[in-house]
Amino acid sequence: MPDCPDEFVIKGGRVVDVTGDRVADVLVQDGMVAAVGRRVEGAPVLDAGGCIVVPGFVDLHAHLREPGDEDAETIETGARAAALGGFTAVVAMPNTRPPLDDAAVVASVLAAGRTSVCDVAASGCITKGRLGEELAPMGELYALGVRIFTDDGAHVGDAGVMRNALEYARALPGAVVAQHAEDPTLAAGGHMHEGAWSSRLGIPGRSGAAEATVVARDVMLAELTGTPVHFLHISTAAAVDILRDAKARGIAVTAEVAPHHFTLTDAECRTFDPAFKVHPPLRTDADVAAIKEGLADGTIDAIATDHAPHVPEAKERPFEEAPPGMLGLETAFALTLTELVEPGVLDLVDALACLSWRPAAIAGLDAHGGPIEPGRPANLCVVDPAVHWEVDPTRLASRARNTPYGGRKLTGRVRHTVLRGEPVVVDGIAQR
Amino acid sequence: MSDLLSIDDLGPAGIDDLLGLSESFVEVTQRDIPKIPALRGKTIVTLFYEDSTRTRLSFETAAKRLSADTMSFTAASSAVGKGESLLDTVRTIEAMGTDAMVVRHRSAGAPHRIASWIDAAVVNAGDGRHEHPTQALLDLLTLRRRLGADVFRGLRVGIIGDVRHSRVARSGVKAFAAVGADVTVVGPPTLLPESLEGWPARATTDLDDALPELDVVYLLRIQRERLGSALVPSLREYTSRYGLTAARAARLKPDTVIMHPGPMNRGVEIAAEVADGPASIITEQVSNGVAVRMAVLWSLLGSGAPVA
Repeated sequence: MPDCPDEFVIKGGRVVDVTGDRVADVLVQDGMVAAVGRRVEGAPVLDAGGCIVVPGFVDLHAHLREPGDEDAETIETGARAAALGGFTAVVAMPNTRPPLDDAAVVASVLAAGRTSVCDVAASGCITKGRLGEELAPMGELYALGVRIFTDDGAHVGDAGVMRNALEYARALPGAVVAQHAEDPTLAAGGHMHEGAWSSRLGIPGRSGAAEATVVARDVMLAELTGTPVHFLHISTAAAVDILRDAKARGIAVTAEVAPHHFTLTDAECRTFDPAFKVHPPLRTDADVAAIKEGLADGTIDAIATDHAPHVPEAKERPFEEAPPGMLGLETAFALTLTELVEPGVLDLVDALACLSWRPAAIAGLDAHGGPIEPGRPANLCVVDPAVHWEVDPTRLASRARNTPYGGRKLTGRVRHTVLRGEPVVVDGIAQR
Repeated sequence: MSDLLSIDDLGPAGIDDLLGLSESFVEVTQRDIPKIPALRGKTIVTLFYEDSTRTRLSFETAAKRLSADTMSFTAASSAVGKGESLLDTVRTIEAMGTDAMVVRHRSAGAPHRIASWIDAAVVNAGDGRHEHPTQALLDLLTLRRRLGADVFRGLRVGIIGDVRHSRVARSGVKAFAAVGADVTVVGPPTLLPESLEGWPARATTDLDDALPELDVVYLLRIQRERLGSALVPSLREYTSRYGLTAARAARLKPDTVIMHPGPMNRGVEIAAEVADGPASIITEQVSNGVAVRMAVLWSLLGSGAPVA
């Protein structure tokens, strides 16, 4: 598309959003959706023939590594990977160096995000230094726009501290406290799911109970305090059951799941390749089935990537010595389509809800995920649900290469991404 | 066979071939000049990221008796202390011209990673809690030399102690089962594997119940650090429930043999008088180690054909 026109029409696509599903052209003017209807003419065209036009995806969980680990990823490269994955907004996780427990650091991340090709919402730490002891300046961070508070990567282990954070957040409307639910004493020293494979391979395990016990505890704290708790990267059948029960009782909890937890199992670790090392770890077939059930019945609200780039050297180590984490931004949509929509676990609209408007609502990102109608910010993506492709780690836009999906054949790819009216990805190519 | 990473790489026939070859290398080690020119011109590096004097010496002795050149690399004395990655270290050593690397590492699967990076043959000399295949082979050789080549089918083997954290147990269970033995692992629940799915073995927590049936009592070393992590209350309690005391040894069948991979905690998992008693074949295990490792190196780097 010739240099970024103020006005263009996304032509010939099927428009899917929270209001439904129709064939329509979308006219974009000055960063906003100006018209939605049949045969909008008179402007440059962004072809969407055979494609689906949706509100841009929103990732509740991305590690952009800046500040501190810019050789693995930067806000600029992470945002480009996000845009190529159809995301128009990502929530940057706080385990940077220094961590996002300080207004100046959060402000610097937000500033870098403003010039990138994807909106970057910063999360803020729950506790100073993510140590689980003293509260981070949640009010100051909230004033800068932070809505998701988490110590992700670390778990708030002290139940009293967690309760205080939840109570304190009551004064911050729209704030969500998000827990990395893994009891460190039960997961201690573990590097993969504790079970048949860990026992055979001799790799110390992380028990599934490490997740479920914390989910159960924090459900009770959400009930006690009335503050919503969001559960990051849920991975076990037991946790899904607890959350289903909590939601039935009307407790304010939400949950996300990462694509690797519905597409891979602990059996992958048998090669000892640290590409498959992640926390919480890849679980069993039964857990994968339960995660899918949780997505299908709405127990799980969102699909979030837990995009975790690492420099190659970090994974060129024995399994037990490599850091956990895998890339996710550029494969999340295709994995969702291939592994959830095509086999009939989710219908297309529910799958898009998990990638777009539901996470947008959790993160309080009003400019994203909304219906595609005149007057709304033009944060959109256009996906081709029919294209087949194979993941080639060397062709990813992320600075890192640690995808576990190298060589995997997927269906569905992001064709265009539009951020505030700017086509930042056109025909699968980042425009800047 | 291009590497020996796991007992899984061998299968029953492969194990049998290696044991036969090992027997002939036992003969070599008993000669006046226990050295043959089989691997002259080959270079074998021992790459040890974890202290283990006995295994390293055993491999180096095996290599020297085959006339190979040996180099020794230990983590403490190397660039590892300067932050060099495993991949860089291994590629550097390979670039010097190496035919085989014998790897000991504290992390499971480290030899598998190395084998995927280099062309030289890789021998697993113990990786984390995962495997220690040459230990299992020398255990089989020791039994076979003591009890005869057709001893294994139906042989009742009990592997007793800290099975969960033991690479010796993981290789041993596979190797004993592959040759037809009937394997039981015995220990407190906190020291047995969390799952036995896929293990060709039964488990029991009752040593006294299992003991009278066993033909082979294989004791594992209990490490003091298991106390600190609240897996066992005390060494005294461990000994009282799972130690091979003189009283327990008296209840064994008369022809039952006792094995231990070493180093032993005398008075903890095994009483001193039992370790030194007539049923113990622990010393033979050590002496058979060199012959087994000669057979492995010859199979990987030489023709692997029988030696005269």
